Amino acid sequence: MILVLVDHDRGVLDPLSLRALTAARKLSSDVQAVVMGRQGAILAKEIGEYGADTLFVATNDVFADYTPMASGKALLELVTKINPEAVLAAGSPRGNEQLAHLAAFMDLPMAAECSSIKIGNPHEVTRARWAANIFEEALVHSDLLIATVLAFSVEPEQVGGTAEIKEFEATLDAADTLVRVIGRGNESKIGGISLTDAKVIVSGGRGVGGPEGFGILEELADLLGGTVGCSRVVTSSGWRPHAEQVGQTGTKVAPDLYLACGISGAMQHIAGCKNSKTIVVINTDPEAPILNYADYAIIGDLHKVIPALTAAVRAARG
Amino acid sequence: MDVLVCLKRVPIAGGTFLLTADSRDIETKHLGFGVSPHEENAVEAGVQLVEQMGGSLTLLTLGPTDAEEQLRAQLAIGASRAILLETDGQDWDPQATATALVEAINGEETKFDLIIFGAESADSAGYQIHIRVAHALNRPIITNVKAMTVGDGVVKCERVAGSERELYEAPLPAIVTVRDGLNIPRYPSVPGRIQARKKPIDIKKAEPRVPKLEKLQLTVAPSNSKGAEILGEGEAAVPALVEVLKKIGILA
Repeated sequence: MILVLVDHDRGVLDPLSLRALTAARKLSSDVQAVVMGRQGAILAKEIGEYGADTLFVATNDVFADYTPMASGKALLELVTKINPEAVLAAGSPRGNEQLAHLAAFMDLPMAAECSSIKIGNPHEVTRARWAANIFEEALVHSDLLIATVLAFSVEPEQVGGTAEIKEFEATLDAADTLVRVIGRGNESKIGGISLTDAKVIVSGGRGVGGPEGFGILEELADLLGGTVGCSRVVTSSGWRPHAEQVGQTGTKVAPDLYLACGISGAMQHIAGCKNSKTIVVINTDPEAPILNYADYAIIGDLHKVIPALTAAVRAARG
Repeated sequence: MDVLVCLKRVPIAGGTFLLTADSRDIETKHLGFGVSPHEENAVEAGVQLVEQMGGSLTLLTLGPTDAEEQLRAQLAIGASRAILLETDGQDWDPQATATALVEAINGEETKFDLIIFGAESADSAGYQIHIRVAHALNRPIITNVKAMTVGDGVVKCERVAGSERELYEAPLPAIVTVRDGLNIPRYPSVPGRIQARKKPIDIKKAEPRVPKLEKLQLTVAPSNSKGAEILGEGEAAVPALVEVLKKIGILA
């Protein structure tokens, strides 16, 4: 039997968790799920459709919001009771963190961001390194496998079915609940379109030349109903706020159109934009690595091409 | 305020990866080395805290003899001393690494008020060493921090989740992991570099353990390289791009 931690934010399902359920279904016909907090119980229907026949709900009040160490403790209690072969979660910051707490409580190994899992003795996994540019084949030496599922490595599959809800209240210590979300604020881009929501991102790199160069990118982004992004060199030079950084160390995005202007395409940047539907490059260098990941490219100076493109978009709209 | 920052020496990867002949590691013959990206922010945060509140900043790494190079480079930013847990140059699994870090931290006379890690290493990205260290030291841990203030024995942090910021706090002594964007890391000054050459680095031998997460071999991910269709050069290519925007539904 495989236990899957389904993550949610105050009752809103993390879609990557459905992929973790599918990954579990491929390993075993007996999949059970667990959510932290009573609000998670409303996800039972969906969790059942994706193949779990039981949904354990940890009912402690502290799970009204994210409390990672307490999640690890509740998982520990459940694992001890139901004795699964493996505990899986989504390879997301929250999935990785909560399972790492479980692994630390149990002093067992954990394999993060796995693209393939084979249960056995030892367990065999393939896991992502270097922002999924490198994969590692590894053995996990433990009875219980603790692993997270690499985002987008599995397509979620609906199998039909219903999950029976079983509530439990975990025994928690004061230390387990010390770190939890105690408030919220808006990201600094108040009123704007956030990078993760934008359908169009006009992104600038070193080739933009300086903070003043971003004016033409903003104009085009506004016209296309999108927002401005940038590469790491731009934020570390202080040209643009960090909230606009696309990449492994910034935000991972998946817009319909990613227009990369004057960005050479360091691996860490590609890691943040490669899930875009269409990537278009404007760059003076036809050898820039980003061309390998793009669908279309214009070889030329962005300072000339972007104003011409803005004018052409206006004209096309009449 | 005594701060400890944990670092990892990693190759600075370019656009493509090559593996060694035995496929166990990345070929680094033609690569430079640095620390993982978020760790530059961790060091900057440590330097700022000591500037504001007094105290000391210590660096800790587990790695090969050559990791002294990364410690010297970061000492030049402003730390007072460093500890190198010297390995045989092999990758250690996360449990073994965490155990060695905990032993080193417990062996220090200084009881660090705040221990800072980068949110994830650039290479192995196991997402767990910091949490194992927190459990072993019985300290609260806040991860993926994008903004942080310390005062009155408490660390207050913000973490970005979607389009929101989550607020957390924990009593000191605590552990945090930080992300790029927390601050803008400074460059080392020339006097800083000169002083760094003389700053003390304690080198201790670290004894390897049998890995429970055992690396067998690496493969390079199949390139999702599509090879861009070149629409043309300069402004002359704009009409072709407008057609593309129509085709993909961005323009009506």
